[in-house]
Formats: sequence, C-alpha cells, structure tokens
Amino acid sequence: MALTLDINDQPHEVTADPQTPLLYVLRNDLQLNGAKFGCGLGQCGACTVVVDGEPVFSCVTPIMLLKGRKIVTVEGLGTVEAPGPVQQAFIEKQAAQCGYCIAGMMMRAHALLLKMPDPSPEHVRAALEPNLCRCGTHMRIVAAVARAGELMRGSAEATEAKSEAKSKS
Amino acid sequence: MRAVLWTVLILLVLFAVFAAWASRPAIHPIEAPVASGFDPAEVARGANLAALGNCNNCHTAPGGRSFAGGRAVPTPFGIVYSTNITPDLMTGIGQWSEAAFQRAMREGIDRDGDHLYPAFPYDHFTMLSDADSRALYAYFMTREAVRARPPDNVLPFPLNVRDVVAAWKALYFRSRRFQPNPAHDAVWNRGAYLVEGVSHCGACHTPRNPLGAEKKTRALAGGEVQGWNAYALDRNSPAPVPWKAQSLFRYLRHGWHPEHGVARGPMSEVTMNLGKVEESDVRAIATYVAWQMRAPDERAAAASSNDSAEAPPAAPNEHHSGHGTAEAAISATPDGSHALGASIYLSSCEYCHNGTRPLPYGGIDFKFSTALNAPSPRNVVNVTLHGLHPPEGTRGSIMPGFDGAIGDDELEALLIYLRAEFTAEPPWRDIPKDITAARKAVHEEGDSWP
Amino acid sequence: MKPLVSRRGFLQASGALVVSFSLLSRTFETDAAETGLPGSLRTTPNLDAWLRIDADGGVTVFTGKVEIGQGVKTALIQIAAEELEVLPMNIQLVTADTARTPNEGYTAGSHSMQDSGTAIRNAAAQAREILIAEAARRWLLEPSQLKARSGQVVSENGHALKYAELVSGQTLHVTAQPQSKLKDPHNFAVMGTSMKRIDIPAKVTGGAAYVHDLRLPNMAHGRVVRPPSPAAQLIDVDTAIVERMPGVLKVVRDGRFLAVIAEGEWQAVQAMRKLGSLARWREQATLPAARDLSAVLQSLKAEDAVVADEKITASVARPARTVEATYTRPYQCHASVGPSCAVAHLENGSLTVWTHTQGVYPDRAAIAEMVKLPQDKVRCIHMEGAGCYGHNGADDAAADAALLARALPGRPVRVQWMREHEHAWEPYGPAMVTKVRATLSETGTVGSWNYELWSNTHTTRPGPAGNLLAAQHLATPFMPAAPTVRIAPEGSGDRNAVPLYAFPNEHVVWHFLRDMPLRVSALRALGAYMNVFSIESFMDELATAAAVDPVDFRLKHLQDPRAREVVAMAAQRFGWSSKALPVNRGRGFAFARYKNLAAYCALAVEVQVEPDSCRVRMRRAVAAVDSGEVVNPDGIRNQIEGGILQSMSWTLFEAVTFDDTRITSIDWSTYPILRFPSVPDSVDVHVIARPGEPFLGTGEAAQGPAAAAVANAIANATGKRLRDLPFTRERVRTAVTSAPT
Repeated sequence: MALTLDINDQPHEVTADPQTPLLYVLRNDLQLNGAKFGCGLGQCGACTVVVDGEPVFSCVTPIMLLKGRKIVTVEGLGTVEAPGPVQQAFIEKQAAQCGYCIAGMMMRAHALLLKMPDPSPEHVRAALEPNLCRCGTHMRIVAAVARAGELMRGSAEATEAKSEAKSKS
Repeated sequence: MRAVLWTVLILLVLFAVFAAWASRPAIHPIEAPVASGFDPAEVARGANLAALGNCNNCHTAPGGRSFAGGRAVPTPFGIVYSTNITPDLMTGIGQWSEAAFQRAMREGIDRDGDHLYPAFPYDHFTMLSDADSRALYAYFMTREAVRARPPDNVLPFPLNVRDVVAAWKALYFRSRRFQPNPAHDAVWNRGAYLVEGVSHCGACHTPRNPLGAEKKTRALAGGEVQGWNAYALDRNSPAPVPWKAQSLFRYLRHGWHPEHGVARGPMSEVTMNLGKVEESDVRAIATYVAWQMRAPDERAAAASSNDSAEAPPAAPNEHHSGHGTAEAAISATPDGSHALGASIYLSSCEYCHNGTRPLPYGGIDFKFSTALNAPSPRNVVNVTLHGLHPPEGTRGSIMPGFDGAIGDDELEALLIYLRAEFTAEPPWRDIPKDITAARKAVHEEGDSWP
Repeated sequence: MKPLVSRRGFLQASGALVVSFSLLSRTFETDAAETGLPGSLRTTPNLDAWLRIDADGGVTVFTGKVEIGQGVKTALIQIAAEELEVLPMNIQLVTADTARTPNEGYTAGSHSMQDSGTAIRNAAAQAREILIAEAARRWLLEPSQLKARSGQVVSENGHALKYAELVSGQTLHVTAQPQSKLKDPHNFAVMGTSMKRIDIPAKVTGGAAYVHDLRLPNMAHGRVVRPPSPAAQLIDVDTAIVERMPGVLKVVRDGRFLAVIAEGEWQAVQAMRKLGSLARWREQATLPAARDLSAVLQSLKAEDAVVADEKITASVARPARTVEATYTRPYQCHASVGPSCAVAHLENGSLTVWTHTQGVYPDRAAIAEMVKLPQDKVRCIHMEGAGCYGHNGADDAAADAALLARALPGRPVRVQWMREHEHAWEPYGPAMVTKVRATLSETGTVGSWNYELWSNTHTTRPGPAGNLLAAQHLATPFMPAAPTVRIAPEGSGDRNAVPLYAFPNEHVVWHFLRDMPLRVSALRALGAYMNVFSIESFMDELATAAAVDPVDFRLKHLQDPRAREVVAMAAQRFGWSSKALPVNRGRGFAFARYKNLAAYCALAVEVQVEPDSCRVRMRRAVAAVDSGEVVNPDGIRNQIEGGILQSMSWTLFEAVTFDDTRITSIDWSTYPILRFPSVPDSVDVHVIARPGEPFLGTGEAAQGPAAAAVANAIANATGKRLRDLPFTRERVRTAVTSAPT
C-alpha cells in the first residue's frame, strides 16, 4: 500500500504495510540512518524523531498514523557541510562517545528548544529523561543542548536585527 | 436612598456576625520542641501513620524537599498549595504546640485560627485517635526543618477569604472520632479506622457535590483526582476480575497485581507508601475495602468465608505470564468498523500487551483492565498519551506515551476498539471530551513519556 | 604463516608506497619471537603494514584496533599526522579488517594507545626518516640538513619534494627498527591538542556510521529466535506457517538455533515473533539462587591462585587493630544502547562478515571453525557498533549472520539482535565476592594485608567456536572452552587485586571458580571495578579505624610519585577538607592505577542521601588523571567523565536478575540504568600531562574509583558503610535505619 510521508519538508511515497513502525521505513525504505533501533519498546529514545513539533518514538509509531503530518529527523537539522545549531552545538561540545544515542538526543532537544528556547539545566534533564546514554556522556549532552539554545537564540536575534534594519532602511 | 443604606447596614451587620461566628482563636506559638525529646517508638508510629496518610506526596513539591509544601492541588474552585509542615520556625509548624496540631487535624483550623481549605482532608483526619495524633506530631516535629514558603493559593473572591470555609464546614463537616463497629472483627475495624481516617481513601474515591464536599451517601462510589478516575471501591467496582481481600492486599502492598495491572497516576504514590508501612495495616485496609465491594447480600456470606487478607500472599512471581502462549487472537487484517483501531492496536500495543511479558513490567492483557471497563475512558486516555515513567534506578513499568504520535480521531478509534474487543460494557459516550482534557493536562504538566 | 597476498589490492599502483606486506595470521595472544620492537610492531614489524602513501600524497594508516566510542580513530590519526608531518585531514585510517590490517588482537584492556598508538607513532617516525633519507640521496645532502613538513621534505635552501614524489618505485616493506627518532613533545602541533573527533560529524548528521547502517545490494534481513532460558531445549516448532508469511525467504533450524530470513526488516521482526510464539521449549531450572549469590559463589569448587605474596618485614609490629570486611558484586550487564548487529555475505565459497566485534581476527577464527571454512576464506571487517564496554553480543551476532548467510548463499544477510536478546544473552560481568583483612599499627599504618576474591574467569571471548552462542546451540554443538586461571601482571578477575600501596605484608588470592552459573565474560575494567571498589572502600574503613583523614591515609602508604600527585591534585581541586557538610551530604575519595600499569586516576565526590526516599545522588565529582603522554586531552576527559557516570549507574542501580530458570532482566524496565534526572551537577576532570612518557591506557581507569568514592561518600553522609553492590534505595534504607555499629 502506498502512502506519502512528509519528512524533512520532502514528500516521500512509500510502499509498505501501514502497520510498519516509522523507524523501519526511515532506515530501510528511505535510507535515513539517524533514527536508531535501541529497543523497539519505547524505553530508550534512540529512535526519537519529531512529528508536528512533538518528540515521538518512531519504533512504536506505525506509518498509518503519520499521513499529513510533518516529520523531522536528524537529517533535517543540517548536513556535515552546513550543520544546524543543534548539530553545531553537539560538535562543539564533542558531546558523544559511541554516538549511537545522539541522533535521538538531538531530536528530543530540538523539540524542547522549539517550545522552550532557554531551558534551565533541570528542564533539559527532565526533558531528556526518556533517552538513554550508556557511555555516560550526559554532562556534555546537557551542555550541548544549552549551547544549541544559545545558537538558536543568537541567530533568531540576528534575523530579527536584520529584518528591523531592513524595515528601517 | 434610605432603603439602600439600610440594606447595606444590615449586610454589614450580618457579615460582622458571620465573621465573629467564623473566627477561631489563635493558639500561642511555642518554643520549638527538641527532636531528641520525642520517644523514638512514638516517632516510628508516627512515620507509619504518615505513610498511611500519604502526607509526603501532597506536602512535597515535585523535586522539592520532603514536607516543605508547595505542591499545587487543583480543585474545581482554583489551586490550593500544600503547606510546609516541617518544623521550620518561620515557614513551617516549628512553633505549633501539640494542641495546635491536633486542632488542625481534627477541626481544620491552623495555629493562627484561620480555617484550612478542605483540600486538606480533615474531614477524614478528624477520626484520628489522640494517641495517633500525638504520634504524628512527634514524627513531623522530628523531620528536617526546611525554610520554604509555598506559593499563594489561586482562588477567586470570595473563596480566598478563609472565613467562608466556616460556612462550608457548617454544612458538611462534623468533627468526630472513629467508633468501632462491634459486628466486625478487629482487622475490619482497623481497616475502617484507617480507610475512613488517616488514609482518607474517600477523598479521592468518593464523588463530591458541586460545593466540593464528599457525598456521604455514596461513600467510595468513585471520584476523580487530578484528571484521573479513582475507581469505585464499593459494589460498583468496574474491575473485570472482582477484587478480593487477598488481591487488594497484594496490589496495595506491591503496587501491582497480575490480574489488575499496575498502580499509576496518583495511586502509584499511595502504593509506594503502603509498601513501607506495617503489613498488618495494609491487610486491614484490604479487608475493609473488599467488604465494601461486596453487594449487601454477599456480605453476610462473606463473613463466614475464608477470603481474608490473612492468608500469606504468594510471592509476586514476576515470571507469571499466566495465560498460556501468546496467541494473536486478533486477525492480522481486521475489517469492519473497528479496522483502524484494531490496526493501531496490532502495530503499537499488542507486542507488549499480549500477556507474554510478565507483569509488572509488561503491558497488562486488556481483558484484565479495569480502566477499559470504567464508566469513563479518562484513565486509558491518560496512560495512552502520558505513558508511564520509570521510577529512578529501580525496576518499574515503562510505557511510551503517544501524545505526539496519535491524532484525536485515531485515538478515539483505538479506544472504541479496545472497549468493544476486551469488555462487555456498552460504548463510552463522550470520548473526545476526555481526549481534549487529557491532552491539555499533558501539555500543562509537560509530564509525558515522551 | 603465508602472506595473505591474494587479498591485497595494493600490489600495483605505481607510486603506492605499500606493496605486499605479510600479516602474521595468528592471534595476538600467541607469543611472537621477542623482537624488542615498540608496541604492536613487536608482532607486525613491517612498516608497510601500518602506513601507505599514495601517488596523490594521501596517507593511509592501518590499525588492528577499532573505534568503540573512545575516540581512538582520532587519536591514532593525530599520532600519525604528528610524526609523519602531514595534516590530519590528509590521513585515512583503516581499522581492523582481517584482509587489510595488522592483527592486534582485541581492542580491549585499554591497550589501544599503548599497542597501536606506539606502533603507529614509531612506524610513522621511521617512515618519515626514510623519506628524508631518500630526499637527501637525491639532493646529495645530509639528512640532518633536511626537514619534513606538511607532506614534503624541504631543504634549507628551499628545495621541496612531496612525499608522493619521493615514493615512486619505493616500498616501505622494511622491518621496523627498535629505536625511532620521535618528535620532541615541545614541538607537537597535533598531538596533545584536543582535535575534534573525526567521527562525530557523521554521527550527528545521519551519516552512515555504524554496522547497523550498512545496506548492501540485495540484502536480506534475519532475526534469531532465542530460547526462553539458558538451558532450554527446542522440542518442536511448526515452521511451515512462518515460511508462508509475507516476505519470508527461509526458516533456519539447527538444534536449538532457530532463525528466520525475510526480504524486509519489519517482515523479519513479525516472522520472528510468530516463530517464537510457535516454538515449544523444554526448560530446566539451572540457575542459582539469586538471593544467596554470595553464598553460592563461595560454595562453588575453587582453584586457588596466589596473586601476590609478599613479606617485606619478617616480623611486624604487634598490630593495634585488625579490621575486616566482605564486599559483594552481582552480575552486571554491558547493556549496550544499540543491540548487537552484523551483516554477512557468502559468495563463491568466501564469507565476508561486517561486525562490531572487538577482535576481528579471533572472531574470524571462531566463525571459520564454526562454518567449517578455512580461515583465508573468511574475512571479518570491523564497522562500529554502539558502545560495547567489553565482550557483549557483537561476536555472537557475527556468528548468527554467518550461519544465516550460509543458509542463503549469494545474498548478504543482516542480523539485528532485539533488546531482550542483548539483555538476556550477552555474557555478563561476573558476580564477585571479596574479603579483606588488615592490621593497623599503633601509628596507623597497615601492617599486614590479606585479600581474597571469588570470581569466574573474566573472558570467554572467541577464541574457539565453542565460545560463540550460536555454535553452542547447533544440533552438533561446539563446546565452550574450559576456562583456566592465569596470573599475569594485567590481571583479569584479579585485575587491581593487588593494591598499589606499600604494605609490608600482602597476601592476595583468587579463588578461581571454573563453573559459570551464568554466562560471563569481560565487562569494562574486568575485576578492577570490584577490586578497586573493595580496596578503596576498605582503605576508608582503615582510615576511620586509625582516625586519619582518608586522603592523608592513602598518601601515607603511597610511594609512587605520580600516584601521589593525582591524589593531591584531585583532593586540592575538589576542596577536600574535614569541614562539616550540609546535613545528608557526604564526601568520598578513591584512587587507583588501572592494572597498576596503566593510567592513574584519583576521584573525589560529594553525594546527597535523601532521608525520606533514601535516594543517593552524586552532586559533584572531581577527578585527576595521569595518562602519560597525552594525545588528545579532551578524549581523556570524555572517557573519564563517561567512566564516572557509567560506574555510578552500575554502583547505584544495576544487577542482573533471574529466577531458577530464566534471566528476568530483559529490557530497560527490568534493568534500569542511569537517566538524566540522576546526573550530577558537575564533573570536572583534570589531566596531568606527561610529555615524553609512554601512553597509559585510560578508558577503564575511572570505574573502580568511582564506585569506592560513592561508597565512601555515603558512609561519610550517613555513618553507615555499604558493602553490597548495587546501593539500591532498599539497601540504603536498611543501612541507615540499622542500629549504629
């Protein structure tokens, strides 16, 4: 059965059983590596993607629930050549050891920052609770999320300043 | 003009009379008692009672220090914040005499003489014996003092004037003591004393009238707390497998039961506490509640049966999947009006909920679910959207929440399917209302998993 | 020992500096002739086994080690770049591949820098000198008049020759020299800097970074149905139903190895679930009583191995006090966030396996034995997995993939372990019991020290095919190797069982337990986690008995100056004192030199014990580390921070659970680990740089000290000593509510 999914602002026509969890479609049908298989049970967050601004476990979300919804994966946050603020922050803070959990962390952080641009460390920790890191990179991840917020606010301010300047000229 | 002036004058006089009637004297502050002056055995008894009373959960803010207050208790009238009951001199009860403490518990009046809002269930605590009240006092006066002032209550005028509570009390509150019922044995009476008293089960499990008072004639007939259904504990219990004293004991003591599921929402806090108290007290509570659940004609028969919570419980066998091998009883490609709901169930729910993963860690097999049989779907909606958070560093149920994943129509379809497939109850009536309310609560509390 | 020339593709290519090179096709464990060469050059002495310079000047470096998240790829590139005088971005690193790289055994035991880093450093330095010598020959100058810089050799008067121009017609097929002209650390441009990890950009942008991401043309998906318990036997299963499911290509059944291969991954998962529900097993109660694990371990038949027996003074001053204590540790899981995965492809009689095993050569040997192919027909290529922290399911997943590839020749088959399988079937860190007894003199110094430990072997790696899970489950099973005890400086179960402190009398015994009630193998730090936890907890118990500050007590017995320096630095940076802390807070200290040979790590922590809930929370940690010559300071900090947090999780939360038949800790709800709300407020790591000193392995240095520091801080906060890992809330509650001792 064919279904169109909106992923990172691109429509993708997918032929798969509508009960297939999004994770397998992302990885196999669309060759997107970011979301990872960690447990298939919604316990570890390695599969986290963002749907209409909310973090979602793609391992337990069948694609039939996602028609017409905007899905964002880590590939939608930027590229190696042009990383987005969350990615920049994680690289800057070297917030990874094995890195397997990181894409899921970044998506949850992205969803948090969309709602709360300047979260406190307590907020960040509470928001990231569903995501597991086994290597113990937690301190750097929290620092990276804070840094990502700074970068996002900085660019928001820069954009605002630019449009203000434009409207004045 | 004169009529207006006379009306105003009469109202003022009436108000003054009311205020005079409503007011209570302050009790003098005392020197803070020294912790070592309390008998350790009494403190231990007080600890047991405080756990039975679930005091720490209301009187501790999320992430806050124990008993320092500041937890928001939503009511239909506004938000009341719990008070600081640590022995802090400035912001707690450090200067409260034992008499002041007793008066608060028995009559709902604080040391200054102000009425306490009945969000604090003194209509139950009034039943405490003198000895138990003293033990609780000893316990609280020996806790760690925390300097913390709770936020101001959010209540509209005139409710924010505490004197109006006096009127409420006149209508709905009688200070009284527990009277044992000679027709029942000591265990039942102990259970009654706890349930009606310090454990204040009716505060959640009894329906309330429009002015927020428990409906005395419908004790334990089911209520609501913080957006969760507190199921009926009388003969209207919706549990598909009837509760017995033994199963109630196990559930209350361990927080789960293979044929009833896990405690969640506010009840999970209760069972955490009941896991720490004297075992005999939990048995007593289970005995009393089990008796309430029987229809009147069954009760006489039950009096001579051997269903009691006294029998030693089977050790919670985590291995107990108990229902044979996993057979996907539902066809893989369902058709008909429940197709969408069944499809969602098969792809997202069945793997954990098919009974092959042992409770309390696996999902409950829905044929045992009280929530699906309840008059309102609210609890199912809460869990489906919120999920279940794991406790910190301890084995416990984890369920992913689907708030971001599932839309309203699809959730409704899933609920309709589950109700039809797993229960013999008629369909729920206004599912969208519960979905809307639950989503709002998720986003306000920001508490879901994920 | 024939050279594996047939697998080389580099024989030709004019200008390529590597021609053939011989790889010793034997495992790292076999003793090679002692050549006196540094690091892994000892077993792979040819320079061209390690380095290649292409016609375009690109440099390829080969290592037998693998990236497991410790940043080793980056560090090795830094080392090669430094000595060879090329930019890091012009270096391509090839990690363990039985067809292309040296055999360096396992990436384990924190050996990568010591073995591979040392080899590559020396090989690069020697290659550089060879290039300089060639330029000198062409210019008729002395080598001392020339310099290597940015991929060129330059003379004082401005002549320059690119490396690519120098290599034509030449080979590096020379044996390494025992000595190399290593760069002076003062001139380092790349080594000693916190160069950003080369693997992180791909990992944060969805690049293909893991074996899990490998997609080969025509690849099929396999899933294994594992038995419900370790001793379960398969009675029967109706495979016909599953064979008819959508996408299913084959059902494989061999003994109690049961698996399914399908076109699509989700189809494979569904088929696996169906196959699992149809299989009927006969189970047996073979597991020990979890409640009495400590007693069970001490009752198993033991072979006593003396680890240390020193009597420095014939007579010891009459002891003022004797102190003794017993400590216990449960089985603990690697619990990798990404369950194990492998891809295998059998084509024309040759089997290729892509795997995140820590040892491609040993795994290759085991798989070849299992599938009955000659080793030169099997190739194992390492691709990253999630952090493994030792011997997890990686080797077994590779074996599973090999069997399924054999069942479907011509098509690559990808096998992904499920979460439950990783938790239930990975080999655990062994449960251990330790007993310590020591005497204190009047002046508060340790007189005699007696230490015993009970433990299984800490390694059941392949090795032989019998150590592969699938091989054990075949109808004609391969038997696991009988474990043996071997006392060596590195230690395994006895790792760090001998304290670094100067005690006049020491007696350390390992009661080696051959019987393994549960499957066990190497978990990060091996015995060091438990031994350092025990020793460092006990040092605090002694310090208390002697009424001496814990840090002072350690310094009193520490003679190694580098050890003393990390202890002093950690204490100083933490602000160690004996001033009263706020109520319910405690401070704790611990120190160890990993294996008594590798990195030094001292750690001070502050914890908070919440009175009502008995929750233990680490508030802050300060560590000092000495890793010898520092290649990447941030890499060291990352490993130590991670080690502290991982150890905190083990120490506060983790224990494998089981009943008499089954493992019951099978997912994150039944085996909880650290989550974000529990992390400390701050973790600071101070790295002491030692230019010119040998590299010291660091990846496992923090685990032991962190456990002891937490135990000591809890004791400081509550006055109660916890000796049984993990420190659950129940255990804390029992301790704090018990009568004062």
